[in-house]
Amino acid sequence: MTHEDVSIQARALNHWFGTGEARKQALFDIDLRIARGSFIVMVGPSGSGKTTLLTLLGCLREIEDGSVTLLGQELRHATTTQNVRLRRRLGFIFQAHNLHESLTARQNVLMGLQVKGHLDQAASDKAAIHVLTLLGLSDRLDYLPANLSGGQKQRVAVGRALVGNPDVVLADEPTAALDWETAAKVVDLLKQLGQARGTTTLMVTHDNRILDRADRILTLEDGRLVKDEDRRA
Amino acid sequence: MSRLLTRLLGRLPIGWLQLVHQRGRFAAALSGVAFANVLVFVQLGLMSSMGVSTLRPYEFFQGDILISAADANTLVDGGNVARQWMLQALADPDVLDGMGLFVAMVPWDRGETDISLTTFGIDPFRADFIAPEIAANIDVLQVQDAAMLDRLARGLTREEAAAIRLQTPLAFETQGRTLTAYDTFAGGGGFGGDGYLLVSDQTFLSLFPSRSSGAPDHILLRLRAGAQPDAVADRLKGLIADPTLRIRSYSDAMAEELRFQQTQRPTGVIFGFGVLIGVLVGIVIVFQVLSADVADHLREYATFKAMGYGQGFFLGVVVEEAVILGVLGFIPGVAVGWAVLTLMAAVTTLPLFISFGMAVTVFLGTVFFSAVSGMIATRRLAAADPAALF
Repeated sequence: MTHEDVSIQARALNHWFGTGEARKQALFDIDLRIARGSFIVMVGPSGSGKTTLLTLLGCLREIEDGSVTLLGQELRHATTTQNVRLRRRLGFIFQAHNLHESLTARQNVLMGLQVKGHLDQAASDKAAIHVLTLLGLSDRLDYLPANLSGGQKQRVAVGRALVGNPDVVLADEPTAALDWETAAKVVDLLKQLGQARGTTTLMVTHDNRILDRADRILTLEDGRLVKDEDRRA
Repeated sequence: MSRLLTRLLGRLPIGWLQLVHQRGRFAAALSGVAFANVLVFVQLGLMSSMGVSTLRPYEFFQGDILISAADANTLVDGGNVARQWMLQALADPDVLDGMGLFVAMVPWDRGETDISLTTFGIDPFRADFIAPEIAANIDVLQVQDAAMLDRLARGLTREEAAAIRLQTPLAFETQGRTLTAYDTFAGGGGFGGDGYLLVSDQTFLSLFPSRSSGAPDHILLRLRAGAQPDAVADRLKGLIADPTLRIRSYSDAMAEELRFQQTQRPTGVIFGFGVLIGVLVGIVIVFQVLSADVADHLREYATFKAMGYGQGFFLGVVVEEAVILGVLGFIPGVAVGWAVLTLMAAVTTLPLFISFGMAVTVFLGTVFFSAVSGMIATRRLAAADPAALF
């Protein structure tokens, strides 16, 4: 793997929560290289450190010990401005949809474009409608989240993460609220993006059906990366 | 509105959409801002009215320099001034003429209500010291016990005032004498009196026998054309050198009385505090609304933070909300403020109104202080931690 082919690299990554006697180590010596365009699934029991690792790789937490390089930029000691700029190249899909209650489905998706400085209203609208149509929501464009089902909200959140063509998608149980047919559609969309645009996806999931579609499966237990299975071979 | 704001802001108008999403809270917030606006307008209206009514009597006369007693902070208070100083002042080559001005309050028993008129005693043969609109009929005062009555005085109906003419004068008793009003002029009630009365100096001295013709309350001087009142006043201070006198240009006397009324008199100070309280009420209301709004949307804001939105974006959203509240709250505020002041003006006959300048000042102040409140409210955004979303 050349330097350009690596989207995410972690070296000797440790992380703790709390201070003093309450200080508890959550991650232990994580070493990881994730290739550009790959679809990675991260599994492990609750409390194994999956989400903590996701937030560290997504520059949502400060790196305390070790190193993380994301899209060629070292995150340790990165400034707030550098982190903010880098986050614009990522797509986050949260377990809870976290849609803005005052914005329609289309407007929520537009927020994913606006952050990149897409000001052309017509082109932005077209892109938002396109991604929502791909997700089967063409008839819900102007619905507020309160008028959407749980699955529909989650699909809008997926659309918001993908509309800006991110370089890396970080997803935490994104298909938990979806039926299998829709979940498969979302996973296929993420894989297509990986093949077409080189988008890297790192997804935390407990859904075994998704494991079959993963390029690689990482297993975390008690804060340690205990298994790294490459499925492409 | 959304489309307009999208064009103006170059982004989705999140602030506007958040506000209209919770219509009940939005309406309450607008009512709060409007209420603060009404408070400020009423207090400013009263302050402005005090200014207008304070300066009103100065407009009855024409002069360049006013000599008053040192303790005369207003036109109607302070000691007397010896007429000899007028003669002394006339020695200055730029002083053209002088007139003594007598001032006192006279009560007028109007049956159900007693009113108090600020009465000026003037020389009726010196029309050049009187404002043109009054001077035209000043001859009527040459008759003993004749008067010109303020047609806008409280307690005097407009019909009564309109009926006063040379042929149909209005006689009334005051200070044990019967005065006859042959004409009227426009004065108006103020904070110190219910209206004005003009009489000759001789009639004035009859009304107040204890007063002396040699000691008016003020001396009014007119200067030759082109003379500088401030420079002449300085010369007269050297010439007269009496520490019991205040020698000022007429415009300085007006400005000083206005300043005194607004900053030294309890009413002026109270009105000033009223404006301050109105502003504070507005700031607190807008802050509370925006602060609650930020708290309600912390999770969404944290999501936006995770997506790469910076502090400037959040500041923009909250300030957008603040400015919308300020602008839309101003509209009912100015309407209700105008209605309240109009009602108060009708009841009190004070010159209470919202001037264009006042409206612009309050509008800009509302928008500015709303924006400041919004900026303070964004401090709560620090609690929006994107890492907590996972």
